[in-house]
Amino acid sequence: MSLFNKWFNKDKDKLNQEELTQEELMQEESNVEQEEQEESEEVKELLELEFEEQEQVEEQEETEEVEEVVEEEKALSSEKNGFFSKLVKGLTKTRNNIMDGIDNVLKSFTKIDEELYEELEEALIMADIGVDATLKIMDGLREKVKEKKITDPAELKKLLVEEITEILNKGNRELNISEGPAVILVIGVNGVGKTTTIGKLAHVIKKDNKKVLLAAADTFRAAAIEQLEIWGNRTGVDVIRHQENADPGAVIFDAIQAAKARKTDVLICDTAGRLHNKKNLMEELRKIFKIISREYPEARKEVLLVLDATTGQNALQQVKLFKEVTDISGIILTKLDGTAKGGIIIAINSEMDIPIKYIGVGEGIEDLRPFNPKEFAEALFADEE
Amino acid sequence: MAFESLSDKLQEVFKKLKGKGRLTEKDVNEALREVKLALLEADVNFKVVKSFINKIKERAVGHDVLESLTPGQQVIKIVNEELTELMGSTQSKLTFSTTPPTIYMMVGLQGSGKTTTSGKLAAQIKKMGKKPLLVACDVYRPAAIKQLQVVGSRVDVPVFSMGDANNPVDIAKAAVVHAKNNKHDVVIIDTAGRLHIDEELMNELYEIKEIVKPQEILLVVDAMTGQDAVNVAASFNEKLGIDGVVLTKLDGDTRGGAALSVRAVTQKPIKYVGLGEKLEDLQPFYPDRMASRILGMGDVLSLIEKAQESFDEKKAQELEKKIRKMEFDFEDFLEQMQQIKKMGPINQLLGMIPGMNMQKLGDVEVNEKELAHVEAIIQSMTIEERRNPDIINASRKRRIAAGSGRDLQEVNRLIKQFEQMKKMMKQLTGMAKGKKGKFKLPFM
Ligand SMILES: Nc1nc2c(ncn2[C@@H]2O[C@H](COP(=O)(O)OP(=O)(O)OP(=O)(O)O)[C@@H](O)[C@H]2O)c(=O)[nH]1
Ligand SMILES: [Mg+2]
Repeated sequence: MSLFNKWFNKDKDKLNQEELTQEELMQEESNVEQEEQEESEEVKELLELEFEEQEQVEEQEETEEVEEVVEEEKALSSEKNGFFSKLVKGLTKTRNNIMDGIDNVLKSFTKIDEELYEELEEALIMADIGVDATLKIMDGLREKVKEKKITDPAELKKLLVEEITEILNKGNRELNISEGPAVILVIGVNGVGKTTTIGKLAHVIKKDNKKVLLAAADTFRAAAIEQLEIWGNRTGVDVIRHQENADPGAVIFDAIQAAKARKTDVLICDTAGRLHNKKNLMEELRKIFKIISREYPEARKEVLLVLDATTGQNALQQVKLFKEVTDISGIILTKLDGTAKGGIIIAINSEMDIPIKYIGVGEGIEDLRPFNPKEFAEALFADEE
Repeated sequence: MAFESLSDKLQEVFKKLKGKGRLTEKDVNEALREVKLALLEADVNFKVVKSFINKIKERAVGHDVLESLTPGQQVIKIVNEELTELMGSTQSKLTFSTTPPTIYMMVGLQGSGKTTTSGKLAAQIKKMGKKPLLVACDVYRPAAIKQLQVVGSRVDVPVFSMGDANNPVDIAKAAVVHAKNNKHDVVIIDTAGRLHIDEELMNELYEIKEIVKPQEILLVVDAMTGQDAVNVAASFNEKLGIDGVVLTKLDGDTRGGAALSVRAVTQKPIKYVGLGEKLEDLQPFYPDRMASRILGMGDVLSLIEKAQESFDEKKAQELEKKIRKMEFDFEDFLEQMQQIKKMGPINQLLGMIPGMNMQKLGDVEVNEKELAHVEAIIQSMTIEERRNPDIINASRKRRIAAGSGRDLQEVNRLIKQFEQMKKMMKQLTGMAKGKKGKFKLPFM
């Protein structure tokens, strides 16, 4: 097939015809000419029609959004920064909206219509659930509404919470450390809260009358070892450490030997924060994971990926790539004491069956909570103070 | 690639527009829908996206897009231009105080990268021949002071600290006195990470600001931040009046839509980006690069650039005239082909064109060879034949076929399709007469 053919996407069959004689060609040409004249009339009409249609549609859309657009136009023409100031106003409104929670949105509707669905969709996206997962949830919701013949907007929230709870209800949320020795490897990108979470975890596990040991395998970041040691002091737990810039694998190795010798119940390993797209750092993590499997076969294993609730869609990518080098057994979602909703875990759980095990709600030693899907789903739409 | 790029998506949209010469308003909306999704997937705040799309629509529909014959490119061009403008059209540099010491205050959420950035900044300022001082005001996070001290020693910049038993406001105050006494002309204050809703700690920052009167307050934002970026940035800005933003961890694979959100709510420039854990990994911010990163359409943009470079406007106008008068001939066509070839490998090129109908291209490989065949056939024509294809009769065709080493069938097909194309172009130009400015070939 020739280039023209592809470029102009002409009727395949016609152009696939076999060799044409000159006469045939001429004959065809005049046919084509006629055809195309007709076609051109048609096309013209079609185009005009489309324009008309389009104008109508536009008008409708415009009236729907009229306030915003008009306001924006005004702002645009009146001052240079109009777009911004308009935006700021809009965002302040947004924030109030979030603060007001979905309940108020629901209250303002008397029936379930497209507009209401859109409002909900917006709320989900603003919670970082992401476009794909949001659309999936909304589809499920619409189906349920139809199925159960629901007409009351107030019912909608219950359904939505149910829908999301279901998605988040994945696997075993208990730590797999109950019997025999156990090792917990804590991983994640920079600054998500790994070290702090380890401090909190050590505290929780120790309260359970278990003997805990920490491994300072972040030998890279400045003062990371000292940071973990302070947590060790706070919780009354020993820390196995090497010098800065030592091989993290060697630290893990030593820590495992120490755990065996001391009959430690749970060894928790801190690792350096690393961005998931850094090949060599991810290979380093793979090595650490291998050392644990090889040197401590009798131990139960937990690989906990720490995610920051403030993170947007990139968290999905983090899970996928960390999963390639270790067997992630659970997720800990930190910084839920801020205004971020952490909805990305819904996107994660709608694709992958990794249980969310704990959430971080502050910088203090007690600020770790078991994850509860229903509470989380409800908090997404909660009225904040 | 972490994300399906916008150009892939636009490709999908344009796929549906089979055989249409140009986009209608509806098509623009459809294209913008994809832009909207791309922005949301890049974590740009929902409200910011909405306002942005409305603005684009206003500009695109009725003007450039409908009047242009390369609507797909036009939409993207407008989107990119607006986005770049929103990101800040020019690069914003750090400012220095006329009465030293110049004081910078680093603020932000926990884990956003303030300490590392402070170190990087100190290193850069030192390179300028200045004598910076780092100040450890994070008295809360375990070993935060130690971290700054390690960072400081790595870049050979002294660190002022009073341990963690003192109030950060007092530390900052004492640090400035220390700087003056020791002839430091720049002071960089590293503060503890805090939540924007933590009133007590936000007040602490305000107090530091009131006392040291910093030249700039820099908000450090993690590039991976999601929808909440607007709340964080707005709160810090309302409370403190920030002067600039540093976007960190951009060496990851995030699209970094937070940059746009932050910029939109604060109107403050992004001054630096952090691109790694090493202390030299701090770079100036380039609005245009960020815009195309957020959109995920670097490939399309570079095509637009290439096309603009190699397409000669004057020739295009001549061509338009010729086509109008049905004078377009094989000579012109050959020239067109060579124009296209200048832009790069045709395969890559076609794939990059958003307006390109990829349906057929999808199932049939376009290769350079085919293009070469077409070229060979045309080149085997006499000038006379090229200018006046009507005279190409059966015997001439046989000669051309033999000369080009292609078979007769192929020659026939080329001539026939050329005539069809000519008519199609005529139609296109005829329909839009008086409506549009200049003509470009449909495949441009
Ligand atoms: N508000 C809040 N802050 C937290 C939470 N968890 C951790 N942080 C803070 O986030 C910052 C970073 O925490 P770290 O524990 O150092 O994070 P990390 O992942 O170990 O960081 P790197 O080792 O540097 O990659 C610190 O200031 C912590 O106090 C949380 O649940 N809520
Ligand atoms: Mg750490």
